Amino acid sequence: MSGRVLVGVKRVIDYAVKIRVKPDNSGVVTDGVKHSMNPFCEIAVEEAVKLKEKKLIKEVVAVSCGPQQAQETIRTALAMGADRGIHVEVTGKDYDTLGPLQVSKILAALAKKEEAQLVILGKQAIDDDCNQTGQMTAALLDWPQGTFASEVALENDKVKVVREIDGGLETIKISTPAVLTADLRLNTPRYATLPNIMKAKKKKIANVKPADLGVELTSRMLGKYRGVTGKRKERATQQSRVEEWTILPNIHRTIL
Amino acid sequence: MLEQLSSHLQWWESSRVLRGRLYPLSSPSVFFSTHRTLHAANDGPKSLSDTPPPRRPFSRVTEEDLTFFRTLLPDRTITDPDLLESSNVDWLKSVKGSSEVLLRPQTTEEVSQILRYCNSHNLAVNPQGGNTGLVGGSVPVYDEIVLSTSLMNNILHFDDVSGILTCQSGCILENLSLYLEERGHIMPLDLGAKGSCQIGGNVATNAGGLRLLRYGSLHGTVLGLEVVLADGRVLDCLSTLRKDNTGYDLKQLFIGSEGTLGVITAVSILCPQKPKSINVVFLGCETFEQLLKTFQLSRRMLGEILSAYEFLDSECLNLLKTHLKLHNPISDCPFYIVIETQGSDPNHDEEKLHNFLEQAMTSSLVVDGTVATEEGKIKALWSMRERITEALRHDGFTYKYDISLPVERIYQLVTDMRQHLGGRAKSVVGYGHVGDGNLHLNITSPAKNPTLLAAIEPFVYEWTAKFQGSISAEHGLGLKKRNYIHYSKSSQAVALMGTIKAMLDPNGILNPYKTLPDNLK
Repeated sequence: MSGRVLVGVKRVIDYAVKIRVKPDNSGVVTDGVKHSMNPFCEIAVEEAVKLKEKKLIKEVVAVSCGPQQAQETIRTALAMGADRGIHVEVTGKDYDTLGPLQVSKILAALAKKEEAQLVILGKQAIDDDCNQTGQMTAALLDWPQGTFASEVALENDKVKVVREIDGGLETIKISTPAVLTADLRLNTPRYATLPNIMKAKKKKIANVKPADLGVELTSRMLGKYRGVTGKRKERATQQSRVEEWTILPNIHRTIL
Repeated sequence: MLEQLSSHLQWWESSRVLRGRLYPLSSPSVFFSTHRTLHAANDGPKSLSDTPPPRRPFSRVTEEDLTFFRTLLPDRTITDPDLLESSNVDWLKSVKGSSEVLLRPQTTEEVSQILRYCNSHNLAVNPQGGNTGLVGGSVPVYDEIVLSTSLMNNILHFDDVSGILTCQSGCILENLSLYLEERGHIMPLDLGAKGSCQIGGNVATNAGGLRLLRYGSLHGTVLGLEVVLADGRVLDCLSTLRKDNTGYDLKQLFIGSEGTLGVITAVSILCPQKPKSINVVFLGCETFEQLLKTFQLSRRMLGEILSAYEFLDSECLNLLKTHLKLHNPISDCPFYIVIETQGSDPNHDEEKLHNFLEQAMTSSLVVDGTVATEEGKIKALWSMRERITEALRHDGFTYKYDISLPVERIYQLVTDMRQHLGGRAKSVVGYGHVGDGNLHLNITSPAKNPTLLAAIEPFVYEWTAKFQGSISAEHGLGLKKRNYIHYSKSSQAVALMGTIKAMLDPNGILNPYKTLPDNLK
C-alpha cells in the first residue's frame, strides 16, 4: 500500500460569524467576512496527522477546490501537519455551482492519481450541510466507506470504524482503499503551533485544473432560491430588518 | 542596555504608580528622597484585612423610613432576606453584610431623593453595581442600605461620528459592547467580569482590564459624569466634549472614588472604532526575562496594533487543566503570553505579526506558540487568561493581590512568596497585565486560614513598598485594603483625601468603612 492519505478541506464562513443575507436574496454576504477551515475538515486533518504520527501511514496530502483563497485553507492543514497540498483551481461561475457531485468527481480522480490508501473527509460542510461528498466519492471509486466515524483503527489492510448512527454506535470493518468521513467526536483538532506554521511556509502546494483530471464541472442544478420561510417573510421586505435575521435561510434546489 | 532600561523602568513605574503630580518629576533625586520617608510614616495600627472597624453611630432603618422608600420606589424597595442575600455577599464569597433594605432606583431624580433623605436621617448607604469587586467594597459591612444601579440601564445617546456614548451607570459592560459592535465601535475597556459588571462601578473603581495597554485608563476615556452627592444634589458634569479646560476637572475626583464621594448615575465615554482585524497569539517562554524581551520586541515590531500583552505561569495552566478541563494549546512551558493585536487592515496586521513571530522564534525568545485569527479560536485562547479567576475559585479559598511593580520585578514577588510560604499554601500563582506592570498574585488554601493570611500579610505589602510599587493596581482598596493605603501613598496625600471626603460627605454616609483608612481623622 502506498501509505498515502488524501484529506479534503473546504473553506467556509467561520462558524462564529453572524450570517447576513444579501438584500437581493441571492445569497449570503461573503465579502470581507471571516472564512476558515470547515470544523469537520479540521477533524479529518487531525485524524490523518495522528495516523502519520503513529507511523501507520506515510504521507498526508491536503486538497481543496476553489479560488485563490483556498490556498489559505491548505496552508492551515499544512501547519497542522499535512506534508503537501493540492489546490484544484475552480473560479467564477464554476465555483458558484460547485457542489458535492463535482467535488467528489475531483477527489475520485485525485485519489486514483495519487494512489491513495485512504480518503478522509469531514462528514459535512457547515455552509451547505450536504453530507454527500464522502458518500459520492466512495461510490465513484467503488471503494468501501466508513461515514460518521467517531473512532478509526487501522489493522493491516483493513480499517475498523465505529460509526455514530441514530440508534447508537455501529462498528464496521472495511478493506482499504476506503473513504472515511469524520464526525465530531473523532478527535480534538490541535492548534497549529508556531514551529509548524513556519515549516508549513516551505511545504509545496501543487496547482491543478479540473480539466487536467478529466473532470467536467457542469452543474445539474437548475437554480437556487434563497429565501426566508414563515413569519419572518414579512420582515424580510424591510431593508432595515435584513440584518436582524439569525436563522439561516432555506435553500431550495431543483435537481434534474 | 537592559540595566539602563530596568533602572529607567523602575523610575518610570514608580513615578507612574504614585501619580506624582504633586512631586516635580524633573528631579529623580528629590523624588526618591521623599519616597523613602513614605514607609516610615506609616505607624498606624495594622489591622488584618479581615477585621472590619466597629459600627459607626448611623441610624438604623425604621418603619417610617421604609414607608418613605416604598412610596418613592413602589415594588423596588426590597426587604426580603432571601432576595437581599446576593447583595450582601461579594462575588468571592469572602465578606458578608447584614443589610435589610435594597433600593433599586430607575432615575437620577430617585437617587437624589434617596440620598437627600438618608443624609438628613443619618442612614448609611452602600452604592452597588454588578457586585463583582474583589476587595469587599461593593457589599455592606453592617446594615447599610444597598443602593443598586441595576435598573438604571438605559443607553441615552450614541454619536457615531465621534464615538461618544452616553448611558446610565447601571448598564452592563457586555451589553454596551454588543450595542457598540453593531455600530462599528467597541468599549475602551474589557474585563473578565464583563457579563455582570456595570459601567458605573467600573468608573467608580477606575477599572483597568485587558485593553488598558491600547486605550488607556478611564481617567482618559471618560468625558463626563453625572453624580449625585451625599446630600442629594445632582452634579451635572455630563459633558460630551473631548476638550474642555474650563475650571477644575471635577469628574476625575469621582473616577476611582469607590462610591465614597458620590453616586455616579450617568457616564459619557469615548469609544474607539471596532477593529477590522483582530489576532491573538499564545506563546510559551522558558524564563521571565525572555518574556520581557518578547514584550520589548512586540512593542517594536507590532507597535501601533498591539492591544493586549498578558502573561500567566505554568501553575495557572495546571489549574485551568484541573478545574476547567481546558487544554494547553501548545507544549508545556514555564511562562505563557497572550498577545492581541487590533488593526484596520488584516493583510498589514498579518504581515507585521508574521515578521514578529519569525523574529521571536529565530532568536529563541519564544519556544512555542500558536496564532488565532478566527473568532472561535480567539475566544478559546483568551479564555486561557480570562478564566484563571474562575479556576482559582474552584481550587479553594483565594487570597488575591493586585500589585503594580517595576516590570522586571513582577515575577520575583511570586517566587519570593512561594519560598516564604513553603508548603503552607495550596497554590501560589502569578498572572496579569504584564504590559502595564500589573501582577495578579493569587494564593489558595482549602479553607479560610488566618495563619496563612498572617504569613502573607504584611509580607506582600512590605515587599511591594520596598520597590515603590502599588498595593492595589486596579482592584481598589474597598474594605480589605483600606488600611494598607500608607504602603503606596504619603500621609499628606491620605490626609488631603480625608479632607475632601469630609467636604463632600460630612456625615460620612456614602460607603462607610471603605477606601480610606480607619485611623483617619
